[in-house]
Amino acid sequence: MGVGILVEDLNAWYGTTHTLQDINLHIPANHATALIGPSGCGKSTFVRCLNRMHETNPIARATGVVKMGEIDIYNDASPVEIRRRVGMVFQRPNPFPTMSIYDNVVSGLKLNGFRNRRILDETVERSLKQAALWEEVKDDLKKKSGASLSGGQQQRMCIARALAVDPEVLLMDEPASALDPVSTSKIEDLIFQLKSQYTIVIVTHNMQQAARVAENTGFFLNGKMVEFDSTHKIFTNPRDKRTEDYITGRFG
Amino acid sequence: MATLPIRTSSVSRFTEVRRNATNHFVTGLAIVSTVIVLVPLVAILGYLLYKGFSSLNLAFFTHIPAPVGEPGGGMANAIAGSAVVLGLASLLGIPLGIGAGVYLAEYGRGRFFGSMVRFTADVLNGVPSIVMGIAAYALIVAKQQHFSALAGGVALAIMMVPTITRTTEEMLATVPHAIREAALGLGVPKWRTAISISLRTASPGIITGCMLAFARVAGETAPLLFTAFGNQFWSFNLSQPIAALPLQIYVYAISPYDEWHRLAWAGSLVLIVLIMVSVTLVRIFANRGALKGGS
Repeated sequence: MGVGILVEDLNAWYGTTHTLQDINLHIPANHATALIGPSGCGKSTFVRCLNRMHETNPIARATGVVKMGEIDIYNDASPVEIRRRVGMVFQRPNPFPTMSIYDNVVSGLKLNGFRNRRILDETVERSLKQAALWEEVKDDLKKKSGASLSGGQQQRMCIARALAVDPEVLLMDEPASALDPVSTSKIEDLIFQLKSQYTIVIVTHNMQQAARVAENTGFFLNGKMVEFDSTHKIFTNPRDKRTEDYITGRFG
Repeated sequence: MATLPIRTSSVSRFTEVRRNATNHFVTGLAIVSTVIVLVPLVAILGYLLYKGFSSLNLAFFTHIPAPVGEPGGGMANAIAGSAVVLGLASLLGIPLGIGAGVYLAEYGRGRFFGSMVRFTADVLNGVPSIVMGIAAYALIVAKQQHFSALAGGVALAIMMVPTITRTTEEMLATVPHAIREAALGLGVPKWRTAISISLRTASPGIITGCMLAFARVAGETAPLLFTAFGNQFWSFNLSQPIAALPLQIYVYAISPYDEWHRLAWAGSLVLIVLIMVSVTLVRIFANRGALKGGS
């Protein structure tokens, strides 16, 4: 089951660049939340702060409070623990090239020392079914490299890989922007199904995509969150002039 | 449907001829250079085969060197000695070299200590091999008061480390950052990501680097002259002087006897073949279990 995320006064820097300024936001559990905004507005930085990937860059830092359920992720847990509970899917599919499909999917478990064969088998099947990839790859699980799949299949495998560690939150940083329309629509269907079990945060440049999959949408601009509301409200009757300009295509 | 206009040639006939000529000229240069490089290589190998093969016999692989004046004898002890010294050098040099390379690529980027290590590795790489021998002599032989296989192994290991370190670092640098992020994003600790993801992805290149380092030190004579020293008899004792193929070849080659010259040729051929065989075996072994369609 997913948990809600509460963000208070989140600020982030890359070197001296202040990339996120005073973000306050509540992301509800078991819903999909979309983040839109022009390139460089801080959406990716924001999601990377939610699983503490931001700090893997030595020049990056962040301040503020991010609460996942009852846990303050910056004070109550190590980054490694947080990343097991908050899965991430990246913009470009990034399978482990030396691993089979099977090993890719359970890499999160295996690399953390988990070896029970029966549970690994079950996890592979469950995760690949959740990611709607099972039927396509079930005969080649251990024969083929994860890198041999098509781009869209790779991305669904990466989603399965993230789901295999049974996270509560799934962060998706433009998960379909490198994919063709058919694969994109498969990913969107997937988000639609997954959001009943996980809290999903999706960064996207595609506003139709935000409208299709997310209940709530936040608009980011120049490191600030300009507006956050129900997706319907954002796309039909935004409060802020800048949101309106962006969604109607006047800039960005 | 409108047809696209056929592109009319905008360059003159002369320009086209000139471009083609340039293309052929550059291609030709590349081919000529390749041939020039290949000629001495093939010539050496061919001459080695011609000179060495005729002196090879079973005794070469089963007998130890015969005393001066007696015919026959072989280099069995030198082949075994080389295996011992090289095994020791690999055992020490490969883990150390890879470890240092992992540090440089995964942890030492942009750090002062990292640049120091990198600089030291580059300098060590350029140090003449005889100096490595002197270093091992001062470190081990002088302290223990006798020559030993151990000292030879250490000398060769020190030679292997810089090559392996720098290759490991460079190969790890080619592993896309996205793959590391994927692992970190799954809650895999950094050390585990470095070993199970980065190192594993870069392993084909790193294995090649280790093989190059191995092949390079396998033929080294200078660092062994006053470390392993050589031995006319069987020895597997690490704290005793030990025979090695390059040493034996050196001793026989500068001797005044025709018989020994022939044995030196045979030894050179065996040395090269052994290096080729071990490199090939490692490659076959390393490629086993590769998956379909992997990059």
